[in-house]
Amino acid sequence: MTDGGGMDIIITGLVLGGTYALIAMGLNLQYGMARIMNLANGEVLVVGAFVAFWLYTAGQVSPLLTLFVVAPLAFALNWLIYRFMLLPLVRRAKSQGQLEVDSILVTFGLSFVGVGLMLAFFGGDYFSYSYLARPVRIMGETYGLNRIVAFLGAVVIGGLLYLWLERTRPGRAMRAIAVDPKSARLVGIDVPRMSALAFALGGTITAMGGALLSTYLTLDASTGVLFTLKALVIVIMGGVGDLRGTIVAALLLGLLETFVAAWIDPGLTLAAAYLLFVLILLFRPQGLFGRKA
Amino acid sequence: MTPSRSEAARIGWVVLALAAAATLPWIGSSYYLALGVTIATFTVLATSWAIFSGPTHYISLATAAFYGVGTYTTGLLIETMPYWSILAIAGLIGAAGAALVGLATLRLSGVYFVIFTLGLAEFVRQVLTWVQNLTGQKGIYVLTQITEAQIYWQLVGLAALVWLAGWLIGRSRLGFALRIIGDDEEVARHSGIDTAMAKVLLFMIPGAAAAMTGAILAPRFVYIEPAVAFSPMLSFQVVIMALLGGTGRLWGPLVGVIPFTFLWEAISSSFPNQTTLLLGLTFLLIVYLLPRGFVGLFLDLRQHGGGTFRRAGA
Repeated sequence: MTDGGGMDIIITGLVLGGTYALIAMGLNLQYGMARIMNLANGEVLVVGAFVAFWLYTAGQVSPLLTLFVVAPLAFALNWLIYRFMLLPLVRRAKSQGQLEVDSILVTFGLSFVGVGLMLAFFGGDYFSYSYLARPVRIMGETYGLNRIVAFLGAVVIGGLLYLWLERTRPGRAMRAIAVDPKSARLVGIDVPRMSALAFALGGTITAMGGALLSTYLTLDASTGVLFTLKALVIVIMGGVGDLRGTIVAALLLGLLETFVAAWIDPGLTLAAAYLLFVLILLFRPQGLFGRKA
Repeated sequence: MTPSRSEAARIGWVVLALAAAATLPWIGSSYYLALGVTIATFTVLATSWAIFSGPTHYISLATAAFYGVGTYTTGLLIETMPYWSILAIAGLIGAAGAALVGLATLRLSGVYFVIFTLGLAEFVRQVLTWVQNLTGQKGIYVLTQITEAQIYWQLVGLAALVWLAGWLIGRSRLGFALRIIGDDEEVARHSGIDTAMAKVLLFMIPGAAAAMTGAILAPRFVYIEPAVAFSPMLSFQVVIMALLGGTGRLWGPLVGVIPFTFLWEAISSSFPNQTTLLLGLTFLLIVYLLPRGFVGLFLDLRQHGGGTFRRAGA
């Protein structure tokens, strides 16, 4: 992958960061817009990856086509989770703090249920498959074609999401509930419905990110928590509810992680996330582009 | 402050109960002794967890990280240091680590703290694995003469220490400050309480207790490697047991630990491949049906004489 040089690490890092950006955008929809801190986000990602793996090994279905299967499934699953498991918490919570504690507990429990279900259906082995594992040359260095394709897929999906949020009426309504759910109600936005939509859409984006990641990363049933943590760090760093910040933070994490892997040790994938997290906590807890509260 | 008469009676009962618990190695079979070790382990972990998370409502998912660090402290020092000093060193390392985590995150909202603790065990595990790869070492053997009964007594003693700490904090200025923070942090800050410092101090208790538990249990593993010492399941189990018992009273976690240990025995012997799934489902049931644990149920029953179960407040 890398020989420790310069340019190839930067491009590999940006490509990885691009996919992280997509996953973190999904989490940001759930946390920034629907106000649910979802600790089971990574498990949804692994489910998306599992479906892509399964369809590819069983029927040679291209992961890019699988996206169209994963998306509606993940949307339905996440909508059901919101409607039947999280909405009761939203209703019984007397404050934002209480909802935070309750949703953390429930989604933490859900993440174990998710890991347990995947262990039951697929077992505990690592899974990976060889899709588009051909070299492609960019600026004199070679990269796996699958990485580049996954990156382009992430750019297209993320771009569509961004346009939808910026240019359409429902997108604007969703940004409104992120800014202030109480005032959003006053201008006639159905906040519970919009929140359910944001949560379901967030899960969909994350699951599609998982399907894209599975084309070049090796995963197993219990790796979800690593992606949850990285996505959370990206969202905190970029600013809650701020998609532009999420993208910048994700690219930074992708770059730093690739540097750590190339120069120190590939086993230290979390070190980069924790380093960025500590720096953010100490110097910019309001996020990269956030203003002080 | 001297204890009142009812308090003195209560202390008497606790001492008697501890003495009764300490007789287990002489009267029980090795199976019951092993169960006793599990119960004592989780009593220490869940009670110290609740001392911090109960009043602050900050959910710590870092138990496994401190526990693993304690296990490694014993593993690395057992050949060169006297055993008792190792427990103290593990406690100090745990407390110092908790203080660092606390200083970085507890000044801010609880979300940062939860996220930081979520991956902490995995992060420490990766760093240790990396160091082991650098030095070419795979795992560590811990070969001692320490028996299961001695491990059990140490854990019961540690549980007594944790209760004592919780009881003293409850009577101290810190405990008073924490009750105000738990009710309304804004009010606490306005009345001149350094809320961040109070939380950091308090978080050092579960940090030290988990590290000491890991250090005590290390001889039981015989062979220590990162994957065993930093099991993410441990953090989850501690949260479940503490919440099942309830965090409002010092005895709460204990009444969660005992039934859960038996349930866990049954689950892991009948459905060894579905433990993660069943654990997750059990946890969800507790969060939805018993949000304040057995303690909440008990308080409601006492207050209403068996009347309504539903009551406001957490």
